[in-house]
Amino acid sequence: MARGVFGPVAGAPAPVPTTSQPKPSEPRSGSVTGTHTKVATEGAVLVTGICGRLGKLLARELHRTDQVVGVDRRAFPDRPKDIVHHELDMRRKKMKDIFRGRNIRAVVHLGVLHDPRRSDRERHSWNVVAFQKLLDYMSQYEVPKLVVLSGANVYGPQPNNPQFLTEDAPLLGAQHFGGMRDLVELDMLAQSFFWKHPDTETVVLRPCHIVGRVHNAASNYLRLERPIMVMGFDPMMQLVHEKDVVRAIQLALRPGVRGIFNIRGPGEMPLSHLVRKTGGRPRVVPSPLAKVALDQLWKLRLSNFPAQELDHLRYVCMVDDSRARTELGYEPVHPIDRVLKDVRRLRYQVA
Amino acid sequence: MVERGSIVPFAGWRRTRLLGESPLRQAVRSIGDRVVRIAEEVVGQDIDARIAGIKTHPNEVGHDPFGFDPETSRYALAVAALLHRRYFRTQVYGIERVPQGRVLIVANHSGQLPLDAVMIGSALMLDANPPRFPRSMVETWTAELPFISTLYPRLGQVVGSPENARRLLRQEESIIVFPEGARGISKTFDQRYQLTDFGLGFVRLALETNTPIVPVAVIGGEEQYPSVADFKPLAKLLRMPAFPVMPQVFFGMIAPLPTKYRLYFGEPFRLSGDPDDDDSVIEEKVWLVKSTIQSMVNRGLRERKGVFI
Repeated sequence: MARGVFGPVAGAPAPVPTTSQPKPSEPRSGSVTGTHTKVATEGAVLVTGICGRLGKLLARELHRTDQVVGVDRRAFPDRPKDIVHHELDMRRKKMKDIFRGRNIRAVVHLGVLHDPRRSDRERHSWNVVAFQKLLDYMSQYEVPKLVVLSGANVYGPQPNNPQFLTEDAPLLGAQHFGGMRDLVELDMLAQSFFWKHPDTETVVLRPCHIVGRVHNAASNYLRLERPIMVMGFDPMMQLVHEKDVVRAIQLALRPGVRGIFNIRGPGEMPLSHLVRKTGGRPRVVPSPLAKVALDQLWKLRLSNFPAQELDHLRYVCMVDDSRARTELGYEPVHPIDRVLKDVRRLRYQVA
Repeated sequence: MVERGSIVPFAGWRRTRLLGESPLRQAVRSIGDRVVRIAEEVVGQDIDARIAGIKTHPNEVGHDPFGFDPETSRYALAVAALLHRRYFRTQVYGIERVPQGRVLIVANHSGQLPLDAVMIGSALMLDANPPRFPRSMVETWTAELPFISTLYPRLGQVVGSPENARRLLRQEESIIVFPEGARGISKTFDQRYQLTDFGLGFVRLALETNTPIVPVAVIGGEEQYPSVADFKPLAKLLRMPAFPVMPQVFFGMIAPLPTKYRLYFGEPFRLSGDPDDDDSVIEEKVWLVKSTIQSMVNRGLRERKGVFI
């Protein structure tokens, strides 16, 4: 693994911050924005990728009860005043100062790069190298909780998938789609952290397609006027509302919760029903033609769906959430109509 | 004044399409409804009432999690009923032995095309009281085939995996299993009614979920598409499990021969033991089921007077 590419990783584990070490994080106001008050005794929740849609939703929910520290490359201009936001790259060494300077109670890792247009190298350095560093800091400073947002995509849509995948199913997402490799690796890293550091409660959440007002592949697909469907295929699909995922993260932050949890939405439906319910008219294309056309559109930058993602329109990749229901106490509250209504709100026409 | 339409050709057609269903869908619906009416007249049974009589487990949004669609299934059941009652004139013995609740229906497999599954399924739907919804475990590669991969789930068929079977049995459903698999269905004519090796999975599943096994002997399937050879190189090339050479196809007879089907449902087995036992222990139980089916098949063959009568 190319660990040294983006600067050396802190080698020797530094001792847990005590009085012997000065706290350098606060004076560095260049990177710290916002009014930082005294550290809360029970500790703050660090949210990476806080400026994404999910991150913002989570921050708005969390800041009422907890102190929230955000890290993102992007600015967070309309944040609530009590949220401390660090506008920095997760790969930078300044990241360590955040841990050193503050009592961090939990880390919620949402800073995952999904954009398929980015190069493999950049995605790897974001999703794997940066996450690895984050894990290093967590073990150094003995943070007691880690919540990682993975996804059901790591299982991958396969023709031989059981109808409902449990948490023990193998992660075959990268088998036919190389772009998923780093996301699978991220999930695996979180899992190995779970075993290596039993003192830290690690929670890996694997939700099915998250939709709502987010801009991700599933929502963008459903917003199309004429979404492509593969001729002769109509797999069952699960969707989950973004706010349900946020609630699942909040539940995962409770002390005592650890493990991997699949997150499911309000029931599954055939893809064609979902598309029609959202108001789209499916454009049915034979599979080889769809592949060639999508490849070309991708090359010409007319579409942002890689051709390998067509497998999601052909095969099932649904999860069994019974574990989340019993152990996490999670139950989706947003009904399907509400979910699809929120998707439709941001409808736009794509060539 | 004469009302003028748009100058764009087919614009009106497009508008009607936007408002309602596509013409293709409407055509399918009207043909399907006609088939259902014909089937109801011929068979003398209410197809819709039969579909309504089965127990399903819809999710929060009213869909079956495995994709079962009553609309498609009623057309399929109508066609199956015509095949069952008229074309193959199926005789069913001992269907009352199928217990309520979860059950594995284990049968011999034959006939190149899985019409034996259709016959068992329609017997459960039309002859059992109350009707039982048959789920069968289909080969994994069918999920890769366009149209088939859509049709099978809509008819309630499920990709064969232990997880799926366990979930269905926990929902107290009935599952049709052919432990011979592709080996059994692609037998050549000289090996007819000789059971090939059974897989062990179904017994482990029955032990794990405490499910009774109902043995079924299917007579008549072997003669529907007599195959004289299995052309293996071509099968490999087409990635099919077998490529049967069927003389009747050369004479232009693409439909199966109208043999008379006989289905014998046996007494249910209630096996007990550890599902994780050694293969040798499980094999004994499998042998028990297999030999029962073989003897039921042999008895059925002795009793029948002819292939077509």
